[in-house]
Amino acid sequence: MHTIFTLILFPAIAGGMFRILKGPTAADRMMTAQLFGTCGVAILLLLSSGMGNPVLLDIALVFSLLAALATMTFVRRTWHGSGKKNRNSSPGTRDYGNPVP
Amino acid sequence: MGILYHSGTVLIILGLPFFLSGTVGLIRFPDIYTRLHALTKADNVGLGCIVWGLALQSGSWAVTARLLLIWLLVLIASSASCHLIARSAIQKNIQPWTRS
Repeated sequence: MHTIFTLILFPAIAGGMFRILKGPTAADRMMTAQLFGTCGVAILLLLSSGMGNPVLLDIALVFSLLAALATMTFVRRTWHGSGKKNRNSSPGTRDYGNPVP
Repeated sequence: MGILYHSGTVLIILGLPFFLSGTVGLIRFPDIYTRLHALTKADNVGLGCIVWGLALQSGSWAVTARLLLIWLLVLIASSASCHLIARSAIQKNIQPWTRS
Protein backbone atom coordinates (compact mmCIF):
# COMPACT_ATOMS: atom_id res chain seq x y z
CA MET A 1 0.00 0.00 0.00
CA HIS A 2 2.65 2.52 1.01
CA THR A 3 4.83 1.49 -1.89
CA ILE A 4 2.01 2.44 -4.26
CA PHE A 5 1.89 5.88 -2.61
CA THR A 6 5.60 6.15 -3.32
CA LEU A 7 4.94 5.62 -7.02
CA ILE A 8 2.58 8.62 -6.96
CA LEU A 9 5.36 10.79 -5.56
CA PHE A 10 7.82 9.98 -8.33
CA PRO A 11 6.11 12.25 -10.94
CA ALA A 12 6.39 15.06 -8.40
CA ILE A 13 10.16 14.62 -8.41
CA ALA A 14 10.41 14.09 -12.16
CA GLY A 15 8.54 17.34 -12.82
CA GLY A 16 11.32 19.23 -11.10
CA MET A 17 13.70 18.22 -13.88
CA PHE A 18 11.80 20.54 -16.22
CA ARG A 19 12.66 23.51 -14.03
CA ILE A 20 16.33 22.50 -14.06
CA LEU A 21 16.32 22.62 -17.85
CA LYS A 22 14.34 25.84 -18.16
CA GLY A 23 14.97 27.91 -15.03
CA PRO A 24 16.24 31.38 -15.91
CA THR A 25 18.35 31.88 -12.78
CA ALA A 26 20.53 29.55 -10.79
CA ALA A 27 18.17 29.80 -7.83
CA ASP A 28 15.35 28.29 -9.87
CA ARG A 29 17.54 25.28 -10.47
CA MET A 30 18.48 25.16 -6.82
CA MET A 31 14.81 25.11 -5.85
CA THR A 32 14.61 21.75 -7.58
CA ALA A 33 17.22 20.49 -5.14
CA GLN A 34 14.93 21.61 -2.36
CA LEU A 35 12.04 19.79 -4.03
CA PHE A 36 14.19 16.68 -4.19
CA GLY A 37 14.87 17.05 -0.47
CA THR A 38 11.23 17.31 0.56
CA CYS A 39 9.92 14.68 -1.84
CA GLY A 40 12.83 12.39 -1.06
CA VAL A 41 12.09 12.61 2.65
CA ALA A 42 8.43 11.78 2.01
CA ILE A 43 9.37 8.81 -0.19
CA LEU A 44 11.83 7.52 2.40
CA LEU A 45 9.24 7.81 5.19
CA LEU A 46 6.65 5.93 3.15
CA LEU A 47 9.17 3.26 2.18
CA SER A 48 10.28 2.91 5.78
CA SER A 49 6.71 2.16 6.80
CA GLY A 50 6.00 0.00 3.75
CA MET A 51 9.11 -2.14 4.04
CA GLY A 52 9.14 -2.22 7.83
CA ASN A 53 12.66 -0.88 7.95
CA PRO A 54 13.17 1.82 10.62
CA VAL A 55 16.70 2.59 9.44
CA LEU A 56 15.20 4.54 6.54
CA LEU A 57 13.88 7.07 9.07
CA ASP A 58 17.45 7.99 9.97
CA ILE A 59 18.34 8.26 6.29
CA ALA A 60 15.39 10.64 5.86
CA LEU A 61 16.68 12.75 8.75
CA VAL A 62 20.14 13.04 7.17
CA PHE A 63 18.56 13.71 3.77
CA SER A 64 16.55 16.69 5.03
CA LEU A 65 19.60 18.09 6.82
CA LEU A 66 21.76 17.81 3.70
CA ALA A 67 19.13 19.41 1.45
CA ALA A 68 18.93 22.40 3.80
CA LEU A 69 22.71 22.72 3.98
CA ALA A 70 23.02 22.55 0.19
CA THR A 71 20.56 25.41 -0.34
CA MET A 72 22.08 27.57 2.38
CA THR A 73 25.62 27.01 1.11
CA PHE A 74 24.47 27.86 -2.40
CA VAL A 75 22.90 31.14 -1.30
CA ARG A 76 25.76 32.20 0.95
CA ARG A 77 28.60 31.26 -1.40
CA THR A 78 27.48 31.70 -4.98
CA TRP A 79 24.22 33.62 -5.14
CA HIS A 80 24.42 36.30 -2.48
CA GLY A 81 23.27 39.85 -3.12
CA SER A 82 25.24 42.17 -5.37
CA GLY A 83 27.73 44.37 -3.61
CA LYS A 84 28.02 46.08 -0.25
CA LYS A 85 25.68 48.95 -1.07
CA ASN A 86 22.57 46.82 -1.37
CA ARG A 87 23.41 44.46 1.43
CA ASN A 88 23.57 47.12 4.11
CA SER A 89 20.60 49.16 3.01
CA SER A 90 17.57 49.25 5.24
CA PRO A 91 14.47 47.41 4.03
CA GLY A 92 12.52 50.57 3.35
CA THR A 93 15.01 51.92 0.85
CA ARG A 94 15.40 48.88 -1.35
CA ASP A 95 14.67 49.26 -5.03
CA TYR A 96 11.98 46.80 -5.94
CA GLY A 97 11.82 47.98 -9.50
CA ASN A 98 8.30 49.30 -9.17
CA PRO A 99 7.36 52.82 -10.28
CA VAL A 100 6.94 55.29 -7.44
CA PRO A 101 3.35 56.60 -7.30
CA MET B 1 -6.51 -2.67 11.27
CA GLY B 2 -8.22 -0.30 13.64
CA ILE B 3 -9.64 3.10 13.08
CA LEU B 4 -6.24 4.71 13.69
CA TYR B 5 -4.73 2.82 10.76
CA HIS B 6 -7.48 3.85 8.37
CA SER B 7 -7.46 7.48 9.42
CA GLY B 8 -3.69 7.42 8.88
CA THR B 9 -4.22 6.10 5.37
CA VAL B 10 -6.73 8.87 4.70
CA LEU B 11 -4.20 11.47 5.91
CA ILE B 12 -1.48 10.03 3.66
CA ILE B 13 -3.77 10.07 0.63
CA LEU B 14 -4.69 13.66 1.53
CA GLY B 15 -1.02 14.61 1.53
CA LEU B 16 -0.14 13.33 -1.92
CA PRO B 17 -2.01 16.01 -3.98
CA PHE B 18 -0.09 18.71 -2.14
CA PHE B 19 3.18 17.32 -3.48
CA LEU B 20 1.81 17.12 -7.01
CA SER B 21 0.42 20.67 -6.85
CA GLY B 22 3.74 21.93 -5.48
CA THR B 23 5.52 20.47 -8.50
CA VAL B 24 2.91 21.88 -10.88
CA GLY B 25 3.43 25.27 -9.24
CA LEU B 26 7.19 24.97 -9.63
CA ILE B 27 6.74 24.29 -13.32
CA ARG B 28 3.97 26.74 -14.16
CA PHE B 29 4.41 29.83 -11.97
CA PRO B 30 5.87 32.92 -13.63
CA ASP B 31 8.67 34.19 -11.39
CA ILE B 32 11.00 33.10 -8.63
CA TYR B 33 8.95 34.38 -5.70
CA THR B 34 5.77 32.60 -6.71
CA ARG B 35 7.75 29.43 -7.35
CA LEU B 36 9.24 29.67 -3.88
CA HIS B 37 5.75 30.10 -2.49
CA ALA B 38 4.48 26.98 -4.26
CA LEU B 39 7.50 24.90 -3.36
CA THR B 40 8.02 25.70 0.30
CA LYS B 41 4.41 25.85 1.41
CA ALA B 42 2.59 23.15 -0.51
CA ASP B 43 5.31 20.55 -0.10
CA ASN B 44 5.55 21.08 3.63
CA VAL B 45 1.82 20.73 4.10
CA GLY B 46 1.94 17.48 2.12
CA LEU B 47 4.86 16.24 4.18
CA GLY B 48 2.97 17.18 7.35
CA CYS B 49 -0.06 15.15 6.26
CA ILE B 50 2.13 12.15 5.44
CA VAL B 51 4.04 12.43 8.72
CA TRP B 52 0.86 12.62 10.80
CA GLY B 53 -0.64 9.73 8.86
CA LEU B 54 2.41 7.55 9.40
CA ALA B 55 2.54 8.60 13.06
CA LEU B 56 -1.05 7.44 13.52
CA GLN B 57 -0.17 4.13 11.89
CA SER B 58 3.12 3.51 13.65
CA GLY B 59 1.75 2.67 17.10
CA SER B 60 4.99 3.47 18.91
CA TRP B 61 6.02 6.69 20.57
CA ALA B 62 9.67 6.41 19.51
CA VAL B 63 8.84 6.25 15.81
CA THR B 64 6.28 9.05 16.20
CA ALA B 65 8.83 11.30 17.88
CA ARG B 66 11.37 10.64 15.14
CA LEU B 67 8.78 11.38 12.43
CA LEU B 68 7.81 14.66 14.06
CA LEU B 69 11.49 15.55 14.45
CA ILE B 70 12.03 15.02 10.73
CA TRP B 71 9.02 17.17 9.91
CA LEU B 72 10.18 19.96 12.22
CA LEU B 73 13.65 19.90 10.68
CA VAL B 74 12.24 20.09 7.15
CA LEU B 75 9.94 22.97 8.15
CA ILE B 76 12.76 25.02 9.66
CA ALA B 77 15.14 24.24 6.81
CA SER B 78 12.75 25.05 4.00
CA SER B 79 11.49 28.28 5.53
CA ALA B 80 15.06 29.41 6.20
CA SER B 81 16.24 28.62 2.70
CA CYS B 82 13.12 30.20 1.19
CA HIS B 83 13.87 33.39 3.10
CA LEU B 84 17.52 33.33 2.00
CA ILE B 85 16.70 32.82 -1.68
CA ALA B 86 14.00 35.51 -1.71
CA ARG B 87 16.29 37.98 0.07
CA SER B 88 19.10 37.36 -2.39
CA ALA B 89 16.68 37.73 -5.29
CA ILE B 90 15.50 41.10 -3.97
CA GLN B 91 19.09 42.23 -3.49
CA LYS B 92 19.82 41.23 -7.07
CA ASN B 93 16.91 43.45 -8.21
CA ILE B 94 14.89 40.61 -9.67
CA GLN B 95 11.47 42.17 -10.09
CA PRO B 96 8.36 40.46 -8.78
CA TRP B 97 5.89 39.42 -11.44
CA THR B 98 2.88 41.67 -11.99
CA ARG B 99 -0.22 41.00 -13.99
CA SER B 100 0.39 43.62 -16.67
